[in-house]
Amino acid sequence: MIKKMQTNKKETHTSKRQFLLHDLKINRNLYIMMIPVLVYFLLFKYLPMYGALMAFQDYSPKLGVWGSKWVGLKHFINFVTARSFWGLLGNTFRISFSSLIFGFPAPILLALLMNELQSMKFKKVVQNITYLPHFISLVVVCGLVKDFTMNDGVIGNLVEIFGGEPKTLLNYPEFFVPVYIISDIWQGVGWGTIIYLSALSAVDSTLYEAATIDGAGRFKQVLHITLPGIAPTIVIMLILRLGSILNVGFEKIILLYNDSTMSVADVISSYVYRRGLINLDWSFSSAVGLFNSVINLIFLIGSNYINKRVNESSLW
Amino acid sequence: MKYRANGSRLTITKGQRVFNVFNVLIMIALSVIMFYPMWHVFCASFSNPKALIGYRGILLAPLEPTLLSYKMMFKNSMLITGYKNTLIILTAGTALSILLTSVCAYVLSRKNVYWNKLFSRIIILTMFFGGGLVPTYLVVSKTLHMNNTLWALFVPNALSVYNMLIMRTSFAGIPQSLEESAKLDGAGEWTILFRIIIPLSKAIIAVMVLYYGVGYWNSWFDASIYLKDRELYPLQLFLREILITNDTTQMASGVGDMDKESVGETIKYSVIIFATVPILCVYPFLQKYFVQGVMIGAVKG
Repeated sequence: MIKKMQTNKKETHTSKRQFLLHDLKINRNLYIMMIPVLVYFLLFKYLPMYGALMAFQDYSPKLGVWGSKWVGLKHFINFVTARSFWGLLGNTFRISFSSLIFGFPAPILLALLMNELQSMKFKKVVQNITYLPHFISLVVVCGLVKDFTMNDGVIGNLVEIFGGEPKTLLNYPEFFVPVYIISDIWQGVGWGTIIYLSALSAVDSTLYEAATIDGAGRFKQVLHITLPGIAPTIVIMLILRLGSILNVGFEKIILLYNDSTMSVADVISSYVYRRGLINLDWSFSSAVGLFNSVINLIFLIGSNYINKRVNESSLW
Repeated sequence: MKYRANGSRLTITKGQRVFNVFNVLIMIALSVIMFYPMWHVFCASFSNPKALIGYRGILLAPLEPTLLSYKMMFKNSMLITGYKNTLIILTAGTALSILLTSVCAYVLSRKNVYWNKLFSRIIILTMFFGGGLVPTYLVVSKTLHMNNTLWALFVPNALSVYNMLIMRTSFAGIPQSLEESAKLDGAGEWTILFRIIIPLSKAIIAVMVLYYGVGYWNSWFDASIYLKDRELYPLQLFLREILITNDTTQMASGVGDMDKESVGETIKYSVIIFATVPILCVYPFLQKYFVQGVMIGAVKG
């Protein structure tokens, strides 16, 4: 019967209203199914967005967003003119760019090297070992990092053996970013290769045969066949990465930083966390968070625009 | 990689041979670096704490093997509580996540549903923009009164839009004729979802269970902001106490003062093993599913 209605649909709807009623009738059960999902999004995603209006208020929990006093851009101006502002912005960019420069090429390089391995069995073993750290929890990874970089930890011991002076690296501002980036690469590089390995396996193998006949060596083949073959994937990944450039997660930062590295480690998101949930400056923290989200959104839209021009594909 | 088996590859030049050897060496070195931290933890957890403190350099095997730190660890009820809470969160959370995600993916994968376009927009927008940390915290703890309950740890993030999109792509690929014949037999939408779509999508459901499951197992931040009561702490929060704030005094209670510090040294390693072993155990069997998930996501993106 439903099927019959569907076939009739196109002939019978004359006005938009009739069409909508008809749609509601046939798809009633689907819409009912969707209610819990919509309630979920309303409660946990859209209610907080409404709550974010507190960034323009002096929010008091008693009065709620509805009743609190509006103060316009006060908190935004306070943040942008604060002494800590440029430091936070600088730290966020520094960590983000370092991670882009070192963390982005790492899986590409590893995938290229893996792809050149002759023994499939050995390749599988290498893959399995390098994927593993991806599944270890952040708390454990940070615990390991802390333990290994202590002055009497493994790295300290190695430094001592080679005649250096062992230091607790995480107490020195100059070592924070390297430790952060290297541990990130350690955890993510293997997992990051998956997408490139799949792109590599899609490169036309007859091209290699032709190149071999033409006398091209392995290095030349990589340069002229492999790299151009996976270039679209690299570009997409790069654009996605650029879209989240100001989006340094705070979880790892707040697990690793301490008073002596605060000056280089504190990023916007960790500042939002501290001011909001530790100092309970709710309105100010929301304003900083909103500032960060809006900048992120601008970067994302910008990079998607570039993506559209380059690849003729869009995120949305 | 067909070309590797091809005869033309038999004529390898000297340069290529040197490269191959170096490549294998690099890969071995890399695998060692990747694996060593985990091996170190494993060995240290079985070592005698006093021997470990005096030791300098790379650990190749446990020093004076002993189960001391494991015995100490299991004497402490804290970790067992943490394990129990984590299991509750993991089970309830994964079940809720899979239910919500598959329902949402199912509805959005249906064709000729007028409001789906709007639903998709509303949902995808939340991937790129959100209320932020503080407003979310206030909604969950003050408006919905989930503060200091385990609900706060899995309900607010039950549905990952990214996972839902992967699932939608997979559901949309199932031939329509199957459900049309079911509809003729009088099956409702729930029956179609649970009797036809989900059984046909076992691989993608497995991937989702794993993604959500690992996520719940490893999460700690929400617990740290919503929970006050130590009885409710998940494992990762206790881990943070032990590993990051270096507070092993509670763990080592019951040991003489002389040994307290030294047992604290190895107990943290056994705790890491205790918390990571479940994932490492399922990993080899499920690895192909994890990889599959990335691939489906990549094709979508």
